[in-house]
Amino acid sequence: MEQATDATLKKTPLNARHRASGARMVPFGGWDMPVEYSGIVAEHTAVRTRAGMFDVSHMGEIEIAGKDALAAVQRISSNDASKLQVGQAQYSGLLTPRGTFVDDLLVYRLGPSHFLLVVNAGNIGKDYAWMAEQIKGVGDAVAVDSSSRYALIALQGPEAVNVLQPLTGIELAAMKYYWFGHGEVANVRATVSRTGYTGEDGFEIFVPPQQADRVWLAILEAGRDAGVIPCGLGARDTLRLEAGMRLHGNDIDETTTAVEADLNWIVGWKKDDFIGAQALREQKASGPKRKIVGFEMLERGIARHGYEAYVGGEKAGTVTSGTQTPHLKKSIGMAYLPVEHTAPGSEFEVDIRGKRARAAVVPMPFYKRAKT
Amino acid sequence: MAYPAGFKYTKDHEWIELSGDSGKVGITDYAQQQLGDVVYVELPEIGARLKQGQSFGTIESVKAVSELYSPVTGEVVQVNSTLKDKPETVNKDPHGSWMVVLKLTNPGEAGALLDATQYQDLVK
Repeated sequence: MEQATDATLKKTPLNARHRASGARMVPFGGWDMPVEYSGIVAEHTAVRTRAGMFDVSHMGEIEIAGKDALAAVQRISSNDASKLQVGQAQYSGLLTPRGTFVDDLLVYRLGPSHFLLVVNAGNIGKDYAWMAEQIKGVGDAVAVDSSSRYALIALQGPEAVNVLQPLTGIELAAMKYYWFGHGEVANVRATVSRTGYTGEDGFEIFVPPQQADRVWLAILEAGRDAGVIPCGLGARDTLRLEAGMRLHGNDIDETTTAVEADLNWIVGWKKDDFIGAQALREQKASGPKRKIVGFEMLERGIARHGYEAYVGGEKAGTVTSGTQTPHLKKSIGMAYLPVEHTAPGSEFEVDIRGKRARAAVVPMPFYKRAKT
Repeated sequence: MAYPAGFKYTKDHEWIELSGDSGKVGITDYAQQQLGDVVYVELPEIGARLKQGQSFGTIESVKAVSELYSPVTGEVVQVNSTLKDKPETVNKDPHGSWMVVLKLTNPGEAGALLDATQYQDLVK
């Protein structure tokens, strides 16, 4: 079956490869992206048990450099970037003065005064404009949107380290979680970080766009015996949800604060000042009225994004993500509920297309990999 | 996967396999591909009366939920309850996984549905 191409959609350097390989393509955040190759369940299982490879080149890269780059990053990013050594990365929020999410991001410290911020595909323009405006007064620091200079490939799963090592001189076993190194992968200049969005061990590999296809094929070839398969955004979503990771646009956005999203750990509470600091400190002190929870359905059905949650017959909150998890084989999700109903075991109901189905709060993450 | 020549098809990607004045109803291979891994199939009770084009249930995959539409007007006389425990058979064998059997109120309605060749053209 031929799939139509929408000319208004952006394409990653691997677009032709996805289409030639028979992936099912969908529009996502303005991009023409593979949603699945062999099926969400098969791909999800591959990542949990072997390894899977994702094209995440649609993600944006914004660099901040200059003598005062650290001060600039500290102002716009909620986490404490002064804790980062060169070669280290951290998860963080790009917040409004209300403490809500313009976006979430990874902050890489490339050099003492040089940072790389990896942001969500659909937010690149908005994020860049926001950052450029907010760092104006900081001093010697500029933001540059360098998204077009990078393709990004994620190799995720317990076998990722064994599959990737023969292709690179970077010593992967010695690389700690949320650290990165520079070198070559399949003879292509690359930056490799031990990061991911699946809850498994794995790597994200930044390469020049012109060489992305070569690296993609080299990894597939190297991983053939280990059972590495290409994966799409469908499995990426079920994997991140099982791992309890928030998705911007679903679980966090400009209406939800970092405290409500239970992401206090990405807030640099000891930092002097940053955008959103005052609002978050006040909310933390007084206690938020609502909070995100993980839940499991007790009755048949999948609670999906936007479905309403009820406690004692009254509308109490909203489901932000939900799926039938391929690995745990349960119907799970995330929702915002009034704090008094957020203790594990608390029951509530979800309106699933007109029918109320029971759910119970459970601790997140739903899935945690065994430590090796 | 080939579309059986003996079936009739709708633009909403259901099929009906007629036998006398009743017919088995399911979804096409194209539909299951679009949905991806099916995890729930919700079907009506026996005795439910359906109009042509009316929703008779829902089918839910990992990533989406979609309505099932009746290809003809009729009464539900059988429901395939095995799909409750094994919804994934819809992916593996879409043209064998019937969901309901309908007794047609107006057998003439089925004549206006697409044949296999016309349906093949629709999803090409």
